[in-house]
Amino acid sequence: MYKYILKRILLMIPTIVGAAVIVFFLLRAIPGDVCELRMAGSGLYADPEAIKICQQNLGIDQPLYIQFFDFVWGFMTFDLGESMWTGKSITEEIGLRFELSLQVAIMATLTATVIAIPLGTISAIKQDTWVDYVVRIFSIAGIAMPSFWLGILIILGLLIATQKVTGTPWMPPIEYTPIWVDPFANLSQLVWPAMATGYRYSAVATRMTRSALLEVLREDYVRTARAKGLFEKLIINRHALKNAMLPVTTVIGLEFAFLMGGLVVTEQVFNLNGLGKLFVESVLNSDYTVTQSLVMLVAVVFILTNFVIDILYAWLDPRIRYA
Amino acid sequence: MPNLLEVRDLKTQFFTSSGTVRAVDGISYDVEEGETVALVGESGCGKSVSALSILRLIPNPPGRIVGGSVRFMGQNLLDLNDEGIRHVRGRQISMVFQEPMTSLNPVLTIGLQLTEMMELHLGLNNEEATRKAAEYLDMVGIADSKRRLKQYPHHLSGGMRQRVMIAMALCCEPRLIIADEPTTALDVTIQAQILEVMKDLSQRLGVALIIITHNLGVVARYADRVNVMYAGKIIERGNARDIYKNPRHPYTLGLLHSVPRMDLPRKEKLDPIDGQPPDLTKLPEGCAFRVRCRYEVEKCGVEVPHLESIGTGHLSACWQKNDLHNAAAGVSS
Repeated sequence: MYKYILKRILLMIPTIVGAAVIVFFLLRAIPGDVCELRMAGSGLYADPEAIKICQQNLGIDQPLYIQFFDFVWGFMTFDLGESMWTGKSITEEIGLRFELSLQVAIMATLTATVIAIPLGTISAIKQDTWVDYVVRIFSIAGIAMPSFWLGILIILGLLIATQKVTGTPWMPPIEYTPIWVDPFANLSQLVWPAMATGYRYSAVATRMTRSALLEVLREDYVRTARAKGLFEKLIINRHALKNAMLPVTTVIGLEFAFLMGGLVVTEQVFNLNGLGKLFVESVLNSDYTVTQSLVMLVAVVFILTNFVIDILYAWLDPRIRYA
Repeated sequence: MPNLLEVRDLKTQFFTSSGTVRAVDGISYDVEEGETVALVGESGCGKSVSALSILRLIPNPPGRIVGGSVRFMGQNLLDLNDEGIRHVRGRQISMVFQEPMTSLNPVLTIGLQLTEMMELHLGLNNEEATRKAAEYLDMVGIADSKRRLKQYPHHLSGGMRQRVMIAMALCCEPRLIIADEPTTALDVTIQAQILEVMKDLSQRLGVALIIITHNLGVVARYADRVNVMYAGKIIERGNARDIYKNPRHPYTLGLLHSVPRMDLPRKEKLDPIDGQPPDLTKLPEGCAFRVRCRYEVEKCGVEVPHLESIGTGHLSACWQKNDLHNAAAGVSS
């Protein structure tokens, strides 16, 4: 088991390096840079000399390989530098938003898991009964509905409901408060986006749980468990679910990693200042330093999530553990 | 001796999109206490389904037991509710399946898979159950049983896993074990070992055994009584000696001719049964074996032959059963 974990950790290194190379060079392949955008972005004439000075200041006149090593070195020493657009420290800019995005992602994951596993299980056990149909409609609706649209509905619903009950409409707070400062204010802002994204997420995971369990229930060892005269509950919980959880873990993990950087529109709807928003801004501004830091951050989150999934796999399946 | 199990007119059908499959079509047989009974037939003749039907393990849908009774110690298992049949499964009647590679749960330890049954059926605590589990592993010939209990199925070879399955089948001291092709998936060398273990332990512990197989060699050596099945029906029954020395159904005769024999000259050709087993969704009129039979007479296409006695405990379902006597002599030469 330790050997397995060590192997997985070592495997993360080339993956991260590969991601860094791709991110760095792809970004540079986009025509135009931050200086041109800043000075001539609106189609005005800009002095080529001024652009040159700007490029010198930001260091983007240097040969690519030097810029690349600067980037890698900065990443390794956790010094991400300053934003080329705003000049603020990137670590600070990202740090604040990372906290928010991470919290929403974790809350959405918890919501999804708590909903998906029981629902998927019931749906599989009661295959082709009305219970199964209800669950399937619930999960197909979740996949079909974009979470930003569900977000709009949630906000509207909140406004109307509070108007009806208290007389004054209430909206979730717009200002972000860290959870350790004021848990109530924090949750009353973030519960809603977590619900909106968690629903779609749970729909995907419910379907995966259902199909994985259905497959496992046809396995010979489940028949063996029945032939042994075990309780149906024990057969499902002990013999079937543990086997069915493998693909479900993957789906849940990948969705989590996706949420960390992919909540662009939902963040707009709830007016959250998260990573998704920063992402869009930095790309539009050709802000190399911020974009590459963000992409690297998301890449690292993906790689770490995959690592956790691998460990869970080993924990669930002894064949991997002892391989 | 009283009958432990009485199967009467059991019918199991599968309702599929291409029609109703009459997998088991009215079979009756008995198993006495401590006796070994074989169900023989080629693939798809309904022998496994008939075994699974006894413990009501037929997946429903698409399968359903549509008629008959299965009396075990006087009680009809088909009348029991889910909780009732659960108490019989593993405790009174246990099963050994064909595929040892897939019949054990890959993510649970051998120990857990053995002890959970004993804790449930015998009310043992974990410590007692673990001790007994180790004893049973010793009994089925697994060395180093204490360590094996902590291992997972993928640590064991196919033969070892089948031994674990046998230990599982024995551990709650059942009255009857149903072994569904227990050695088909194993190496020939391992097959004999597994069968010896089963025969030996079932005799020592006084457990009755139903062996389901297509291997006539297994039958000859291990079975007291033999039921030959074809297209969902039992077409001949007798003790192993009757079946070998005096087969009275053309299908049994054909099976015996299809087995390579060491004691015949090498230039002697095998004489297989022509054709394919019939489609169980549309069985022909009359005798189901008719189209492949060399002894067909007009009556075969009109009326289904029933099992009728031709001697003590020897029955055959063939209109020509009395004339087959001479043809059969060739086999035992």
